[in-house]
Amino acid sequence: MSEPLMVLHYDVDGTDFTVAGEASGAVKKVLKQLGVGAEVIRKVAIAMYECEINMVIHAHGGTIDVEIRPESVRMIHKDVGPGIPDVEKAMQAGFSTASQQVRELGFGAGMGLPNMKKYTDEMKITTELGKGTIVDMTVYMK
Amino acid sequence: MTVAEIANKLGLTLKCGEDGADREVTGGYVGDLLSLVMGKAQSGNAWVTIQTNINIMAVASLTDVAMIILAEGLSPDPNTAKRSDMEGIPVYSSEKTAFDIVCELKDLV
Ligand SMILES: Nc1ncnc2c1ncn2[C@@H]1O[C@H](COP(=O)(O)OP(=O)(O)OP(=O)(O)O)[C@@H](O)[C@H]1O
Ligand SMILES: [Mg+2]
Repeated sequence: MSEPLMVLHYDVDGTDFTVAGEASGAVKKVLKQLGVGAEVIRKVAIAMYECEINMVIHAHGGTIDVEIRPESVRMIHKDVGPGIPDVEKAMQAGFSTASQQVRELGFGAGMGLPNMKKYTDEMKITTELGKGTIVDMTVYMK
Repeated sequence: MTVAEIANKLGLTLKCGEDGADREVTGGYVGDLLSLVMGKAQSGNAWVTIQTNINIMAVASLTDVAMIILAEGLSPDPNTAKRSDMEGIPVYSSEKTAFDIVCELKDLV
């Protein structure tokens, strides 16, 4: 793997729904400025937003580190939330533990993790109950 | 057809984000579950929904839709409107149901 061209760091506030999407929006802008193709930008934006919003609604926020390389964009999302008891189940389309309150805002279709899987080339979830979750995703440039 | 032309034909009320009204609209998507919209809506789409909270602007911006149409006479929340103006993604409102809006859109995009 080559040295990153650029590394970006974001703190995601776990109490404020209204700012979720800021990190993914910012990364989208950076990639556009770098002249990255629209399809790659779309994949990164979707995967990152879904992960960012999950950190807010399921895990009281966290941090995101983004590494942009000539061949790939890697996004590492870390939270210190409750962890995911059954990752395989959580990955299934339609599975959701979202509260009634966030469902009313349009979340809870249980499609966030499936979207991340679909729109990234590599995805790894490391999670420990009571400790937190790391979602590490990479989108290839070509 | 542009956003403004569609708004005119369908009799939509502009709520905010008018800077984006000249954009060309290509196709559309209907939905209120944000992660479905996120995965399916395409760049340039008209997105018909009944969600009015700020999160629709994040989804609209990241999927690059051309316009949001709120059905059932709904209005965007104040912070949604602010974000729409900032991003130049227009939000319109219609008294009609999502079904009726889409029936009219069908022949235009
Ligand atoms: N960071 C996380 N920490 C703890 N649990 C999580 C985390 N991310 C996802 N989950 C669990 O996995 C489930 C499925 O996540 P997914 O994103 O697919 O759906 P959702 O967030 O419930 O709904 P949607 O994304 O469609 O709005 C969640 O309901 C939650 O139980
Ligand atoms: Mg989710």
